[in-house]
Amino acid sequence: MSISEVSGTEILGADDVSRAITRISHEIVERNPDLSPVVIVGMQTGGVWIAQRLRDTVNRIAESVEVPLGAVDISMYRDDFSLRPVVLSAPTDIPLDLTGRTVVLVDDVLFTGRTVRAALEALNDHGRPRAVQLAVMVDRGHRELPIRPDYVGKNIPTHFSDEVSVGPDGVFVTAVTQ
Amino acid sequence: MKHLLSSHDLSVEEILGILDVADHMAEINSRSLPKVPALRGKTIASVFFEDSTRTRLSFETAAKRLSADVMTFMASSSSLNKGESLRDTIETLSAMGVDAMVIRHKSSGVPLTMTKWTHAAIINAGDGWHQHPTQGLLDAYTVTREFGTKDSLSSRTIAIVGDIKHSRVARSNIDIFRRLGAHVVVVAPPALLPHNIESWGVEVRNTIDEVVGEVDALYMLRMQLERMDSAIVPKLAEYCALYSLTPERAARMGNGAILMHPGPINRGVELIVDPADVPGSRILQQVTNGVNVRMAVLFTLLGSGATTVLQQGGES
Repeated sequence: MSISEVSGTEILGADDVSRAITRISHEIVERNPDLSPVVIVGMQTGGVWIAQRLRDTVNRIAESVEVPLGAVDISMYRDDFSLRPVVLSAPTDIPLDLTGRTVVLVDDVLFTGRTVRAALEALNDHGRPRAVQLAVMVDRGHRELPIRPDYVGKNIPTHFSDEVSVGPDGVFVTAVTQ
Repeated sequence: MKHLLSSHDLSVEEILGILDVADHMAEINSRSLPKVPALRGKTIASVFFEDSTRTRLSFETAAKRLSADVMTFMASSSSLNKGESLRDTIETLSAMGVDAMVIRHKSSGVPLTMTKWTHAAIINAGDGWHQHPTQGLLDAYTVTREFGTKDSLSSRTIAIVGDIKHSRVARSNIDIFRRLGAHVVVVAPPALLPHNIESWGVEVRNTIDEVVGEVDALYMLRMQLERMDSAIVPKLAEYCALYSLTPERAARMGNGAILMHPGPINRGVELIVDPADVPGSRILQQVTNGVNVRMAVLFTLLGSGATTVLQQGGES
Protein backbone atom coordinates (compact mmCIF):
# COMPACT_ATOMS: atom_id res chain seq x y z
CA MET A 1 0.00 0.00 0.00
CA SER A 2 2.61 2.55 0.93
CA ILE A 3 5.00 2.90 -1.95
CA SER A 4 7.94 5.14 -1.45
CA GLU A 5 8.44 6.31 -5.03
CA VAL A 6 6.11 9.09 -6.03
CA SER A 7 3.91 8.19 -8.97
CA GLY A 8 0.31 8.32 -10.13
CA THR A 9 -2.29 11.02 -9.74
CA GLU A 10 -1.73 13.56 -6.98
CA ILE A 11 -4.78 13.66 -4.70
CA LEU A 12 -3.25 15.74 -1.89
CA GLY A 13 -0.18 17.97 -2.07
CA ALA A 14 2.42 18.52 0.65
CA ASP A 15 0.45 21.49 2.03
CA ASP A 16 -2.77 19.48 2.13
CA VAL A 17 -0.98 16.74 4.08
CA SER A 18 0.35 19.29 6.59
CA ARG A 19 -3.11 20.86 6.98
CA ALA A 20 -4.67 17.42 7.52
CA ILE A 21 -2.12 16.67 10.26
CA THR A 22 -2.87 20.00 11.95
CA ARG A 23 -6.64 19.41 11.74
CA ILE A 24 -6.43 15.85 13.09
CA SER A 25 -4.21 17.10 15.95
CA HIS A 26 -6.92 19.63 16.91
CA GLU A 27 -9.55 16.88 16.71
CA ILE A 28 -7.48 14.68 19.03
CA VAL A 29 -7.22 17.51 21.56
CA GLU A 30 -10.96 18.24 21.21
CA ARG A 31 -12.01 14.62 21.60
CA ASN A 32 -9.71 14.01 24.60
CA PRO A 33 -10.23 16.87 27.07
CA ASP A 34 -7.84 15.11 29.43
CA LEU A 35 -4.72 14.39 27.39
CA SER A 36 -2.73 12.84 30.22
CA PRO A 37 -3.66 9.19 29.42
CA VAL A 38 -3.18 9.67 25.66
CA VAL A 39 -0.32 7.98 23.84
CA ILE A 40 0.18 8.21 20.07
CA VAL A 41 1.36 5.00 18.40
CA GLY A 42 2.37 4.81 14.74
CA MET A 43 2.20 1.58 12.78
CA GLN A 44 5.53 0.50 11.27
CA THR A 45 6.50 1.82 8.90
CA GLY A 46 4.01 4.07 7.06
CA GLY A 47 2.29 5.40 10.17
CA VAL A 48 5.39 6.33 12.13
CA TRP A 49 6.22 9.70 10.56
CA ILE A 50 2.55 10.75 10.73
CA ALA A 51 2.38 9.75 14.40
CA GLN A 52 5.53 11.77 15.06
CA ARG A 53 4.08 14.92 13.47
CA LEU A 54 0.72 14.44 15.19
CA ARG A 55 2.49 14.10 18.55
CA ASP A 56 4.59 17.23 17.92
CA THR A 57 1.51 19.23 16.89
CA VAL A 58 -0.63 17.98 19.78
CA ASN A 59 2.14 18.89 22.23
CA ARG A 60 2.35 22.36 20.69
CA ILE A 61 -1.43 22.92 20.94
CA ALA A 62 -1.73 21.58 24.48
CA GLU A 63 1.23 23.20 26.14
CA SER A 64 0.84 21.67 29.55
CA VAL A 65 1.06 18.00 28.50
CA GLU A 66 3.78 15.89 26.92
CA VAL A 67 2.00 13.15 24.95
CA PRO A 68 4.30 10.12 24.54
CA LEU A 69 5.03 8.46 21.22
CA GLY A 70 5.34 4.79 20.32
CA ALA A 71 5.63 2.53 17.31
CA VAL A 72 4.11 -0.90 16.74
CA ASP A 73 5.28 -3.57 14.31
CA ILE A 74 2.48 -5.95 13.37
CA SER A 75 4.36 -8.49 11.27
CA MET A 76 4.17 -11.16 13.99
CA TYR A 77 0.37 -10.70 14.23
CA ARG A 78 -0.66 -10.88 10.56
CA ASP A 79 -3.43 -13.27 9.50
CA ASP A 80 -2.05 -13.75 6.00
CA PHE A 81 1.32 -15.39 6.52
CA SER A 82 0.48 -18.03 3.98
CA LEU A 83 -0.66 -15.51 1.39
CA ARG A 84 2.31 -13.21 1.07
CA PRO A 85 5.90 -12.88 2.20
CA VAL A 86 6.34 -11.14 5.50
CA VAL A 87 8.60 -8.12 5.39
CA LEU A 88 9.85 -7.10 8.79
CA SER A 89 10.15 -3.37 9.24
CA ALA A 90 11.51 -1.87 12.43
CA PRO A 91 10.82 -3.41 15.84
CA THR A 92 8.00 -2.37 18.12
CA ASP A 93 8.84 0.46 20.50
CA ILE A 94 6.17 0.97 23.16
CA PRO A 95 7.86 2.84 26.01
CA LEU A 96 5.16 2.30 28.62
CA ASP A 97 2.47 -0.05 29.90
CA LEU A 98 -0.70 0.71 27.92
CA THR A 99 -3.08 -0.41 30.67
CA GLY A 100 -5.59 2.37 31.25
CA ARG A 101 -4.16 4.58 28.50
CA THR A 102 -5.98 6.01 25.50
CA VAL A 103 -4.07 4.93 22.42
CA VAL A 104 -4.32 6.93 19.21
CA LEU A 105 -3.25 4.35 16.62
CA VAL A 106 -1.89 5.94 13.45
CA ASP A 107 -1.49 4.53 9.93
CA ASP A 108 -1.06 6.04 6.49
CA VAL A 109 -3.79 4.16 4.59
CA LEU A 110 -6.88 2.35 5.87
CA PHE A 111 -7.87 -0.37 3.38
CA THR A 112 -9.16 -3.84 4.32
CA GLY A 113 -8.71 -3.20 8.05
CA ARG A 114 -6.61 -6.31 8.54
CA THR A 115 -3.44 -4.53 9.60
CA VAL A 116 -5.50 -2.55 12.12
CA ARG A 117 -6.91 -5.80 13.49
CA ALA A 118 -3.36 -7.13 13.85
CA ALA A 119 -2.28 -3.89 15.51
CA LEU A 120 -5.09 -4.09 18.06
CA GLU A 121 -3.88 -7.57 19.00
CA ALA A 122 -0.28 -6.35 19.16
CA LEU A 123 -1.25 -3.41 21.43
CA ASN A 124 -2.99 -5.78 23.83
CA ASP A 125 0.33 -7.53 24.48
CA HIS A 126 1.54 -4.26 26.01
CA GLY A 127 -1.34 -3.88 28.44
CA ARG A 128 -5.07 -3.26 28.22
CA PRO A 129 -5.78 0.22 26.88
CA ARG A 130 -8.90 2.01 28.14
CA ALA A 131 -9.66 2.99 24.54
CA VAL A 132 -8.07 2.85 21.13
CA GLN A 133 -8.79 5.56 18.56
CA LEU A 134 -7.74 5.23 14.94
CA ALA A 135 -6.20 8.02 12.86
CA VAL A 136 -5.38 7.54 9.15
CA MET A 137 -4.21 9.91 6.45
CA VAL A 138 -6.29 8.15 3.78
CA ASP A 139 -9.40 6.00 4.02
CA ARG A 140 -9.64 4.25 0.65
CA GLY A 141 -12.61 1.95 1.45
CA HIS A 142 -12.90 -1.84 0.76
CA ARG A 143 -13.13 -2.83 4.41
CA GLU A 144 -13.21 -6.56 5.13
CA LEU A 145 -13.62 -6.20 8.91
CA PRO A 146 -15.88 -4.05 11.14
CA ILE A 147 -13.27 -1.33 11.66
CA ARG A 148 -13.76 2.43 11.23
CA PRO A 149 -11.41 5.37 11.67
CA ASP A 150 -11.94 8.16 14.25
CA TYR A 151 -9.77 10.69 12.45
CA VAL A 152 -9.35 10.83 8.64
CA GLY A 153 -7.12 13.06 6.52
CA LYS A 154 -9.01 12.34 3.32
CA ASN A 155 -11.59 9.83 2.08
CA ILE A 156 -10.54 8.62 -1.37
CA PRO A 157 -12.76 6.21 -3.32
CA THR A 158 -10.51 3.69 -5.08
CA HIS A 159 -10.63 0.49 -7.08
CA PHE A 160 -9.47 -2.52 -5.11
CA SER A 161 -6.40 -2.91 -7.32
CA ASP A 162 -5.30 0.76 -7.17
CA GLU A 163 -2.10 1.57 -5.34
CA VAL A 164 -2.13 4.44 -2.86
CA SER A 165 1.08 6.04 -1.68
CA VAL A 166 1.30 8.49 1.20
CA GLY A 167 4.28 10.64 2.18
CA PRO A 168 5.08 14.09 3.56
CA ASP A 169 5.08 15.38 -0.03
CA GLY A 170 1.57 14.20 -0.86
CA VAL A 171 -0.91 11.43 -1.55
CA PHE A 172 -0.87 9.69 -4.91
CA VAL A 173 -3.15 7.07 -6.46
CA THR A 174 -1.93 4.81 -9.26
CA ALA A 175 -4.42 2.75 -11.25
CA VAL A 176 -3.17 -0.80 -11.77
CA THR A 177 -4.82 -2.54 -14.67
CA GLN A 178 -5.14 -6.28 -14.28
CA MET B 1 15.30 -20.80 2.48
CA LYS B 2 13.63 -24.14 3.18
CA HIS B 3 16.09 -25.84 5.59
CA LEU B 4 18.97 -24.75 7.82
CA LEU B 5 21.59 -27.47 7.56
CA SER B 6 24.89 -25.62 7.54
CA SER B 7 26.24 -22.12 7.97
CA HIS B 8 27.66 -22.49 4.45
CA ASP B 9 24.12 -22.57 3.03
CA LEU B 10 23.56 -18.99 4.22
CA SER B 11 24.69 -15.94 2.26
CA VAL B 12 26.02 -12.99 4.25
CA GLU B 13 22.75 -11.18 3.43
CA GLU B 14 20.73 -14.08 4.85
CA ILE B 15 22.89 -14.16 7.99
CA LEU B 16 22.40 -10.42 8.55
CA GLY B 17 18.69 -10.83 7.79
CA ILE B 18 18.29 -13.46 10.52
CA LEU B 19 20.21 -11.28 12.99
CA ASP B 20 17.89 -8.35 12.17
CA VAL B 21 14.82 -10.51 12.79
CA ALA B 22 16.44 -11.56 16.08
CA ASP B 23 16.34 -7.89 17.16
CA HIS B 24 12.54 -8.02 16.76
CA MET B 25 12.49 -11.19 18.82
CA ALA B 26 14.62 -9.57 21.52
CA GLU B 27 12.00 -6.82 21.81
CA ILE B 28 9.26 -9.46 22.17
CA ASN B 29 11.29 -11.33 24.81
CA SER B 30 11.74 -8.12 26.79
CA ARG B 31 7.97 -7.76 27.27
CA SER B 32 6.07 -8.85 30.35
CA LEU B 33 4.03 -11.04 27.99
CA PRO B 34 6.68 -12.51 25.69
CA LYS B 35 4.51 -14.33 23.17
CA VAL B 36 3.25 -13.53 19.67
CA PRO B 37 0.86 -15.50 17.44
CA ALA B 38 3.22 -15.60 14.44
CA LEU B 39 3.48 -19.40 14.11
CA ARG B 40 0.03 -20.32 15.42
CA GLY B 41 -1.00 -23.66 13.93
CA LYS B 42 2.54 -24.75 13.08
CA THR B 43 3.99 -27.86 14.69
CA ILE B 44 7.67 -28.11 15.46
CA ALA B 45 9.28 -31.36 16.60
CA SER B 46 12.58 -31.50 18.43
CA VAL B 47 14.26 -34.75 17.51
CA PHE B 48 17.36 -35.29 19.61
CA PHE B 49 19.48 -38.40 19.29
CA GLU B 50 22.19 -36.86 21.47
CA ASP B 51 21.97 -35.29 24.91
CA SER B 52 21.27 -31.58 25.13
CA THR B 53 20.03 -29.10 27.68
CA ARG B 54 20.25 -25.64 26.27
CA THR B 55 19.83 -26.25 22.55
CA ARG B 56 16.67 -28.31 22.88
CA LEU B 57 15.09 -26.09 25.54
CA SER B 58 16.14 -23.01 23.62
CA PHE B 59 14.41 -24.21 20.43
CA GLU B 60 11.32 -25.31 22.36
CA THR B 61 11.11 -21.97 24.18
CA ALA B 62 11.56 -20.17 20.87
CA ALA B 63 8.77 -22.19 19.26
CA LYS B 64 6.40 -21.60 22.17
CA ARG B 65 7.01 -17.85 22.21
CA LEU B 66 5.94 -17.84 18.57
CA SER B 67 2.78 -19.84 19.50
CA ALA B 68 3.81 -22.97 17.60
CA ASP B 69 2.95 -26.39 18.99
CA VAL B 70 5.94 -28.39 20.16
CA MET B 71 6.58 -32.13 20.06
CA THR B 72 9.56 -33.61 21.82
CA PHE B 73 11.04 -36.83 20.52
CA MET B 74 13.35 -38.55 22.96
CA ALA B 75 15.51 -41.16 21.27
CA SER B 76 16.18 -42.91 24.55
CA SER B 77 12.51 -43.69 25.22
CA SER B 78 11.34 -44.24 21.64
CA SER B 79 10.62 -47.20 19.38
CA LEU B 80 14.20 -46.92 18.12
CA ASN B 81 14.81 -49.26 21.04
CA LYS B 82 12.47 -51.78 19.40
CA GLY B 83 14.52 -51.61 16.24
CA GLU B 84 12.59 -48.97 14.28
CA SER B 85 14.85 -47.36 11.70
CA LEU B 86 15.74 -43.69 11.59
CA ARG B 87 13.90 -43.31 8.31
CA ASP B 88 10.70 -44.91 9.61
CA THR B 89 10.90 -42.71 12.69
CA ILE B 90 11.19 -39.54 10.63
CA GLU B 91 8.45 -40.59 8.22
CA THR B 92 6.16 -41.38 11.14
CA LEU B 93 6.68 -37.94 12.65
CA SER B 94 6.23 -36.38 9.24
CA ALA B 95 2.92 -38.20 8.72
CA MET B 96 1.56 -36.49 11.85
CA GLY B 97 1.90 -33.16 10.07
CA VAL B 98 5.05 -31.61 11.39
CA ASP B 99 6.15 -28.33 9.82
CA ALA B 100 9.72 -28.33 11.09
CA MET B 101 12.08 -30.78 12.75
CA VAL B 102 14.97 -29.67 14.86
CA ILE B 103 17.50 -32.48 14.81
CA ARG B 104 20.66 -33.37 16.66
CA HIS B 105 22.56 -36.53 15.78
CA LYS B 106 26.03 -37.87 16.45
CA SER B 107 26.64 -38.55 12.76
CA SER B 108 27.53 -35.78 10.33
CA GLY B 109 25.10 -35.43 7.45
CA VAL B 110 22.02 -36.98 9.07
CA PRO B 111 20.01 -33.71 8.82
CA LEU B 112 20.77 -33.51 5.08
CA THR B 113 19.68 -37.12 4.58
CA MET B 114 16.45 -36.40 6.48
CA THR B 115 15.44 -33.75 3.96
CA LYS B 116 14.85 -36.57 1.47
CA TRP B 117 12.37 -38.30 3.79
CA THR B 118 10.05 -35.46 4.75
CA HIS B 119 8.50 -32.24 3.55
CA ALA B 120 9.13 -30.62 6.91
CA ALA B 121 11.79 -27.94 7.23
CA ILE B 122 14.90 -29.49 8.76
CA ILE B 123 16.97 -27.45 11.20
CA ASN B 124 20.35 -28.85 12.15
CA ALA B 125 20.91 -28.52 15.89
CA GLY B 126 24.29 -30.23 15.68
CA ASP B 127 25.47 -33.18 13.62
CA GLY B 128 28.71 -34.89 14.64
CA TRP B 129 31.75 -32.72 14.07
CA HIS B 130 30.11 -31.10 11.09
CA GLN B 131 27.91 -28.10 11.87
CA HIS B 132 25.79 -26.32 14.50
CA PRO B 133 24.53 -23.36 12.48
CA THR B 134 22.22 -21.77 15.07
CA GLN B 135 25.13 -21.65 17.54
CA GLY B 136 27.16 -19.75 14.94
CA LEU B 137 24.26 -17.37 14.36
CA LEU B 138 23.62 -16.67 18.04
CA ASP B 139 27.32 -16.11 18.67
CA ALA B 140 27.51 -13.72 15.71
CA TYR B 141 24.46 -11.96 17.17
CA THR B 142 26.15 -11.75 20.58
CA VAL B 143 29.39 -10.32 19.20
CA THR B 144 27.87 -7.86 16.74
CA ARG B 145 25.41 -6.51 19.32
CA GLU B 146 28.13 -6.35 21.99
CA PHE B 147 30.37 -4.22 19.80
CA GLY B 148 27.54 -2.16 18.31
CA THR B 149 28.37 -3.06 14.72
CA LYS B 150 25.28 -4.79 13.39
CA ASP B 151 26.50 -5.62 9.93
CA SER B 152 30.18 -6.40 10.27
CA LEU B 153 32.94 -7.73 12.48
CA SER B 154 35.77 -6.17 10.51
CA SER B 155 38.76 -5.11 12.63
CA ARG B 156 37.62 -7.51 15.37
CA THR B 157 39.82 -10.40 16.48
CA ILE B 158 38.16 -13.50 17.91
CA ALA B 159 40.20 -16.34 19.40
CA ILE B 160 38.65 -19.81 19.59
CA VAL B 161 40.44 -21.96 22.14
CA GLY B 162 40.20 -25.72 22.58
CA ASP B 163 39.30 -28.83 20.70
CA ILE B 164 38.85 -27.38 17.21
CA LYS B 165 39.12 -30.75 15.47
CA HIS B 166 36.07 -32.38 17.04
CA SER B 167 33.98 -29.21 17.30
CA ARG B 168 30.95 -28.51 15.14
CA VAL B 169 30.63 -25.20 16.98
CA ALA B 170 34.09 -24.17 15.77
CA ARG B 171 33.21 -25.03 12.17
CA SER B 172 29.97 -23.02 12.15
CA ASN B 173 31.41 -20.10 14.11
CA ILE B 174 34.65 -19.75 12.16
CA ASP B 175 32.71 -19.70 8.90
CA ILE B 176 30.25 -17.04 10.06
CA PHE B 177 32.77 -14.89 11.98
CA ARG B 178 35.13 -14.84 8.98
CA ARG B 179 32.44 -13.97 6.46
CA LEU B 180 31.34 -11.08 8.67
CA GLY B 181 34.91 -9.80 8.44
CA ALA B 182 36.47 -10.91 11.73
CA HIS B 183 40.06 -12.07 12.09
CA VAL B 184 39.83 -15.52 13.66
CA VAL B 185 42.64 -17.09 15.67
CA VAL B 186 42.49 -20.72 16.74
CA VAL B 187 44.43 -21.92 19.75
CA ALA B 188 44.84 -25.66 20.25
CA PRO B 189 47.44 -28.38 20.59
CA PRO B 190 48.38 -29.80 17.17
CA ALA B 191 46.53 -33.05 17.91
CA LEU B 192 43.26 -31.12 18.33
CA LEU B 193 43.56 -29.20 15.05
CA PRO B 194 42.06 -30.60 11.85
CA HIS B 195 44.60 -31.70 9.22
CA ASN B 196 43.47 -29.10 6.71
CA ILE B 197 43.46 -26.13 9.11
CA GLU B 198 45.59 -24.09 6.64
CA SER B 199 42.60 -23.94 4.29
CA TRP B 200 40.26 -22.52 6.96
CA GLY B 201 41.58 -18.98 6.66
CA VAL B 202 42.45 -18.67 10.35
CA GLU B 203 45.61 -17.89 12.25
CA VAL B 204 46.97 -20.73 14.40
CA ARG B 205 48.61 -20.00 17.75
CA ASN B 206 49.98 -22.48 20.23
CA THR B 207 49.08 -21.20 23.68
CA ILE B 208 46.34 -19.11 25.22
CA ASP B 209 48.97 -16.82 26.76
CA GLU B 210 49.93 -15.55 23.29
CA VAL B 211 46.41 -14.27 22.54
CA VAL B 212 44.57 -13.54 25.78
CA GLY B 213 45.61 -9.90 25.99
CA GLU B 214 45.06 -9.09 22.31
CA VAL B 215 41.61 -10.31 21.37
CA ASP B 216 38.17 -8.67 21.36
CA ALA B 217 36.47 -11.97 22.13
CA LEU B 218 37.85 -15.09 23.75
CA TYR B 219 35.76 -18.09 22.78
CA MET B 220 36.46 -21.13 24.96
CA LEU B 221 35.32 -24.51 23.62
CA ARG B 222 34.34 -27.40 25.83
CA MET B 223 36.83 -30.23 26.07
CA GLN B 224 34.76 -32.94 24.41
CA LEU B 225 35.91 -35.82 26.50
CA GLU B 226 33.19 -38.09 25.15
CA ARG B 227 34.41 -37.59 21.58
CA MET B 228 38.08 -38.29 22.18
CA ASP B 229 40.41 -41.19 22.44
CA SER B 230 42.17 -40.75 25.70
CA ALA B 231 45.40 -41.05 23.74
CA ILE B 232 44.97 -37.64 22.08
CA VAL B 233 45.54 -35.67 25.25
CA PRO B 234 47.60 -37.89 27.52
CA LYS B 235 47.39 -35.66 30.56
CA LEU B 236 44.57 -33.24 31.18
CA ALA B 237 46.88 -31.26 33.46
CA GLU B 238 49.27 -30.61 30.58
CA TYR B 239 46.39 -29.36 28.45
CA CYS B 240 45.18 -27.07 31.23
CA ALA B 241 48.63 -25.59 31.71
CA LEU B 242 48.61 -24.20 28.18
CA TYR B 243 44.95 -23.81 27.21
CA SER B 244 42.72 -23.21 30.25
CA LEU B 245 41.42 -19.83 31.27
CA THR B 246 42.78 -19.25 34.77
CA PRO B 247 41.99 -16.22 36.95
CA GLU B 248 45.46 -14.85 36.14
CA ARG B 249 44.88 -15.14 32.40
CA ALA B 250 41.37 -13.71 32.67
CA ALA B 251 42.82 -10.67 34.42
CA ARG B 252 44.98 -10.03 31.34
CA MET B 253 41.99 -9.77 28.98
CA GLY B 254 41.76 -6.37 27.30
CA ASN B 255 39.39 -3.62 28.37
CA GLY B 256 36.02 -4.36 26.77
CA ALA B 257 37.04 -7.84 25.66
CA ILE B 258 34.40 -10.50 26.17
CA LEU B 259 34.46 -14.15 27.21
CA MET B 260 32.20 -16.65 25.45
CA HIS B 261 31.50 -20.37 25.80
CA PRO B 262 28.85 -22.47 24.02
CA GLY B 263 28.15 -24.56 27.14
CA PRO B 264 28.08 -26.88 28.87
CA ILE B 265 31.15 -25.78 30.79
CA ASN B 266 33.65 -28.28 32.16
CA ARG B 267 34.58 -26.32 35.26
CA GLY B 268 38.16 -26.91 36.22
CA VAL B 269 39.09 -27.96 32.67
CA GLU B 270 38.76 -25.21 30.04
CA LEU B 271 37.50 -22.67 32.59
CA ILE B 272 39.42 -22.69 35.84
CA VAL B 273 38.26 -19.15 36.56
CA ASP B 274 34.63 -18.81 37.68
CA PRO B 275 32.94 -16.99 34.76
CA ALA B 276 30.88 -15.04 37.29
CA ASP B 277 34.16 -13.38 38.30
CA VAL B 278 34.98 -12.27 34.74
CA PRO B 279 33.36 -8.89 34.05
CA GLY B 280 33.48 -9.52 30.29
CA SER B 281 31.68 -12.87 30.49
CA ARG B 282 28.76 -13.06 28.06
CA ILE B 283 28.11 -16.76 28.58
CA LEU B 284 24.58 -16.27 29.95
CA GLN B 285 23.90 -13.53 27.39
CA GLN B 286 24.66 -16.16 24.73
CA VAL B 287 21.90 -18.34 26.19
CA THR B 288 19.43 -15.43 26.17
CA ASN B 289 20.42 -14.53 22.62
CA GLY B 290 19.99 -18.17 21.64
CA VAL B 291 16.23 -17.88 22.15
CA ASN B 292 16.09 -14.65 20.11
CA VAL B 293 18.07 -16.13 17.24
CA ARG B 294 16.21 -19.47 17.19
CA MET B 295 12.90 -17.59 17.11
CA ALA B 296 14.31 -15.67 14.14
CA VAL B 297 15.32 -18.90 12.39
CA LEU B 298 11.93 -20.55 12.98
CA PHE B 299 10.10 -17.42 11.85
CA THR B 300 12.29 -17.11 8.74
CA LEU B 301 11.73 -20.74 7.77
CA LEU B 302 8.04 -21.05 8.68
CA GLY B 303 6.63 -17.57 9.00
CA SER B 304 5.99 -16.85 5.41
CA GLY B 305 4.30 -19.09 2.92
CA ALA B 306 5.35 -22.37 4.49
CA THR B 307 2.52 -24.86 4.66
CA THR B 308 2.10 -28.31 6.05
CA VAL B 309 2.00 -31.05 3.44
CA LEU B 310 0.40 -34.07 4.99
CA GLN B 311 1.34 -36.96 2.78
CA GLN B 312 2.52 -40.48 3.10
CA GLY B 313 6.26 -40.85 3.05
CA GLY B 314 8.11 -38.07 1.37
CA GLU B 315 9.81 -37.53 -1.88
CA SER B 316 12.78 -39.81 -2.17
